[in-house]
Amino acid sequence: MPTAIRATGLVKKYGAVTALDGLDLEVEEGTVLGLLGPNGAGKTTAVRVFTTLLRPDSGHAEVAGVDVLRHPKELRRRIGVSGQYAAVDEHLTGFENLDMVGRLYHLGAAASRARARELLEQFDLAHAAERVVKGWSGGMRRRLDLAGALVAQPPVLFLDEPTTGLDPRGRVGMWNVIEGLVRGGTTLLLTTQYLEEADRLADRIAVIDHGRVIALGTADELKAQVGGERIEVVLLDPARLTTARHEAAAVGIEEPGVDDRDRRVTVAVDGGTTDLVELLGRLDRAGIEVLEAGLRRPTLDDVFLALTGHHAEAETPSGDTDDPNQPDDPDDPAAGEQEGVA
Amino acid sequence: MSVLSAALESASDAAVITRRNLRKILRVPDVLVFTTLSPIMFVLLFAYVFGGAIGTQDTGIDYREFLIAGVFAQTVVFGATFTGYSLAEDLQKGIIDRFRSLPMSTSSVVVGRTVSDIGINLVSLFVMSLTGLVVGWRIRSSVLEAAGGYLVLVAFAFAISWIMASVALVVRTPEVVNNASFIVIFPLTFIANTFVSISSLPGPLATFANWNPVSSVTQAARELFGNTDPRAPAPEVWSLQHPVLYTLIWVLIILAVFVPLSIRLYRRAASR
Ligand SMILES: Nc1ncnc2c1ncn2[C@@H]1O[C@H](COP(=O)(O)OP(=O)(O)O)[C@@H](O)[C@H]1O
Ligand SMILES: [Mg+2]
Repeated sequence: MPTAIRATGLVKKYGAVTALDGLDLEVEEGTVLGLLGPNGAGKTTAVRVFTTLLRPDSGHAEVAGVDVLRHPKELRRRIGVSGQYAAVDEHLTGFENLDMVGRLYHLGAAASRARARELLEQFDLAHAAERVVKGWSGGMRRRLDLAGALVAQPPVLFLDEPTTGLDPRGRVGMWNVIEGLVRGGTTLLLTTQYLEEADRLADRIAVIDHGRVIALGTADELKAQVGGERIEVVLLDPARLTTARHEAAAVGIEEPGVDDRDRRVTVAVDGGTTDLVELLGRLDRAGIEVLEAGLRRPTLDDVFLALTGHHAEAETPSGDTDDPNQPDDPDDPAAGEQEGVA
Repeated sequence: MSVLSAALESASDAAVITRRNLRKILRVPDVLVFTTLSPIMFVLLFAYVFGGAIGTQDTGIDYREFLIAGVFAQTVVFGATFTGYSLAEDLQKGIIDRFRSLPMSTSSVVVGRTVSDIGINLVSLFVMSLTGLVVGWRIRSSVLEAAGGYLVLVAFAFAISWIMASVALVVRTPEVVNNASFIVIFPLTFIANTFVSISSLPGPLATFANWNPVSSVTQAARELFGNTDPRAPAPEVWSLQHPVLYTLIWVLIILAVFVPLSIRLYRRAASR
């Protein structure tokens, strides 16, 4: 299958900070690559290089067969990008935003208008089409921004943390939208801090840290490296942690982790609920009282711990924004999917 | 792609950006105030406060009539700070990333900005003219000459807009653009024949005022509106004897320097 996105040895330094440290990447046409990494890993920098917004210090990048540095304008005809922060004009209405983008893609007036209407409908924004974006919620802006990336139906799409800052409902809504796009055959590079998101949307996942790819594979391959699911148990009595750890080790496939402060024991297992039942039985027989027990899928943090031996800063998805630089949303971020009031 | 179709595409992109900018006149209260209310206030302020206090100077004609062209000139020059302010604001907003990821002409964001500010200046000139007519100002020349007067004002403001665009692309903070340009624009518009007769200024200031293009713009507008007194002595310096020509020379020089400079700066500024 032909390669839609290719990077070799991309380097970008900001003073003493090395944002990209020899990044190599390949995405096959019609597939989805999840670029997974914690805050500051270099995801946004990579996307900005691919989308001609940033010149790398060295290295080579090619998208849809076009050299990013040599033919930026040609490249821009073939890509759509939705950045980490919504690139929409607050003082224009939803319709005007998309219509403007269509005209700047040189689709012509009639086609731009028709496409704008179509996208507003598709992204469930038709009701707000004639309202200025200033009063819109964060989730609506995000969808409008994504719609902006799709105006010219580009064969290659870049989405930089499309669900960061959205509430759980907004996140699932966005996932559905993205899955729809991918079914249409678009090549997608998606960045995320959430393993769960990459797992659901991506064909292959590239784990990135300090500006380089440290692991590459399908979600299953990565999870195999990470060691399957996790059992977490929280004890009533901290004095029993050592015993509990022992029991967990007997069930798990790796050394269990112990968190003294939370009285929590975590262990990787490959037997799912069977292992959970088994461990609970063992703890019960040992007379250890369990306050809380559960089975969860591995997170980015688990991947990091397994791959690098250190924790990722960002952990599991939450309704909050993970980036302190995220501009303030005028609306309640929890109102992600609701209508904003002008 | 042929040169012609590339030029057409650039023009079309700039037109899209211009339209987007003009939409804000009615949507952003600050812009509306800046474009209409403050020019009205300036005309009234100068007409009643200064026009009353200073009375008829040695300009020979009614001072109020003398002032209007000066107020017009000052307002459109100030209008250029809006170019810089808005451009710096756009650079800070996410929309610039959308523009930069589109296959549009790279000059169009700056061209669209300066062109839309012509529109903003035309709106300001229109409301100021109406206000002027209400307080007694009259155009005493032909329609064609009057149109020429407006044209000179707008052309000069357009040139200053390009200077402000360059400033904005260097400093990149809207507030700093405003403050920095006020430091330059206040002396430029006051050490001139805008509100007083140059003969009333002390030596060095008079020399500055004589060659200050704001003076020649004002003089050109005054002459073309028929607001000069035929009995008044003719200006002594070449710049004010040929105010239209002198102003247009300035306009061309400024554009020749700052159009390419701004476009280059935009390409650099936006790629950070
Ligand atoms: N414009 C910039 N100036 C200085 N440092 C930057 C700039 N942009 C990014 N960085 C730094 O480069 C690194 C990678 O950033 P980024 O690509 O935004 O990471 P991510 O998107 O994965 O969170 C971080 O350490 C960040 O602080
Ligand atoms: Mg980022």
